Amino acid sequence: MTPLITLQNAGIQRDGLWPVRGVDLAVNPGEIVTLIGPNGSGKSTTAKMALGILKPDEGTASRRPGLQVGYVPQKIFIDWTLPLTVERFMQLTGKLTPSECQSALEATGIAHLSRAEMRHLSGGEFQRALLARAITRKPELLVLDEPVQGVDFSGEIALYDLIKRIRDELGCGMLLISHDLHLVMAATDRVICLNGHICCQGSPKAVASSVEYQDLFGVRADPALAIYKHRHDHTHLPDGTVSHADGTVTDNCHPGDGHHHSDGATEKVIPDAR
Amino acid sequence: MLADLFALDSFFARAVVAGIGVALIAGPLGCFVIWRRLAYFGDTLSHAALLGVALAFLLEINITLAVFITSVLISISLLMLQKRATLSSDAVLGLLSHSSLALGLVVLALMVWIRIDLMSLLLGDILAVSKADIDVIYIGGAAVLVMLALIWRPLFAATVNRELAEAEGMNPNRANIIFMVLLAIMIAIAMKIVGVLLITAMLIIPAATARRFSAGPEQMAVLAALIGVLAVLFGLFGSRTWDTQSGPSIVLASFFLFLVSLTPLASWLTARRQRRNPKEMSS
Repeated sequence: MTPLITLQNAGIQRDGLWPVRGVDLAVNPGEIVTLIGPNGSGKSTTAKMALGILKPDEGTASRRPGLQVGYVPQKIFIDWTLPLTVERFMQLTGKLTPSECQSALEATGIAHLSRAEMRHLSGGEFQRALLARAITRKPELLVLDEPVQGVDFSGEIALYDLIKRIRDELGCGMLLISHDLHLVMAATDRVICLNGHICCQGSPKAVASSVEYQDLFGVRADPALAIYKHRHDHTHLPDGTVSHADGTVTDNCHPGDGHHHSDGATEKVIPDAR
Repeated sequence: MLADLFALDSFFARAVVAGIGVALIAGPLGCFVIWRRLAYFGDTLSHAALLGVALAFLLEINITLAVFITSVLISISLLMLQKRATLSSDAVLGLLSHSSLALGLVVLALMVWIRIDLMSLLLGDILAVSKADIDVIYIGGAAVLVMLALIWRPLFAATVNRELAEAEGMNPNRANIIFMVLLAIMIAIAMKIVGVLLITAMLIIPAATARRFSAGPEQMAVLAALIGVLAVLFGLFGSRTWDTQSGPSIVLASFFLFLVSLTPLASWLTARRQRRNPKEMSS
């Protein structure tokens, strides 16, 4: 099976520093890969390399030829000068029939807002509009950058439910970004933890993500299913250097520099959450 | 009067026809100028147009062509200077805008063997519009509008969010570059009507006026063109009645229309149309 997107040893350089470096990543059809990590750890940058918005300064990024992509960016600011209804926004990158538009809005629960101006939507409604627009593209790969931001807790649960349902219905691959270490959605197939580079990756236990398990234990509304505990053993200092747990300071943060994780491993499998 | 307009025999009829042509191009382009916050950018390009005029006299080439080439060169240098990003982009724009205006004025002054009516370059001159100018405006303008229609979706997507457009394969960079070229063409052909100092006003004021009456980007572009046409008509008739310069008169007329749009009339019109035909608001 050819992956939808592949990053190999990819990195981005800014002003002599490497905000993110040495990333190996592949998303297969139907697979949900979640990127987590603290602020500034390079999650969005990694996703932008995968999407082709940024060209890696090191390593390679490749996409399957003709890949149909749906993208939910982290921030979209709609200026007052721009008259933009939800309905028009839905057709931003491709024409839709009214029924296609309406069914996507129904799927995300904002069909009643199709004539509303984007500027007037609440945080949760705006995120749903972004999602609705992305799914109308019938994407093979859906990239979601912090899709629950600005949404309250119960809204977060509903949105993650919706995202999982979208994957099940479209069968698309997903690259999902979250800064929340505690909240990695239950349906994630693989979690990649970034902190300037890949610190560790692994699958939340296969059973925990299976529908049978969820039905049996009734945890559908429990978004904290795949809790992932992880202690970062190094800190990125303001000047771009890295302070490690053993007290040393290095210029870069790279798996190869040997300072990460006292056991010397560069990758850890995430321990079972339950 | 109407027969005069069609025969294009009187200078006034030519001015009206030329002005309407410019307004029809300026409206849709102007919408993108205000959506993308390019007002100062447009100002820079139009100030540089004076440099283009000076170069045209110096090299003895067609004025419209020289202005177009100068505008394109200024756009490219702006893009390059902005990538370096040592100065804020409005500082870079101010630097280029006034330097090129000053350079144009100095070069024109140095060419003592040529007598130029500077006021007509700066403020526009209806007397100067010839039948050939009208041809240039309508052929060039039609080309600009067709091109704009072709790149409309990617350009608009990139205006809302460049990264989203890029991720979903819309090629925003190509759309942006084509838009810059269209703007340069518009400035080259509009210069004679409103003058280099006031071209930006033709772009911005009708578009800003249209915003209050619009529910969608396409609707706003069409309305901006129509409002621009109204401004040209009011402005030119006013300029004939009170013997004022054409450029400032047109700009003043469009400013007047903008003021009208601030009154409750705008919301009343929008509400009435919404009641009559709710479907229209979403198209």
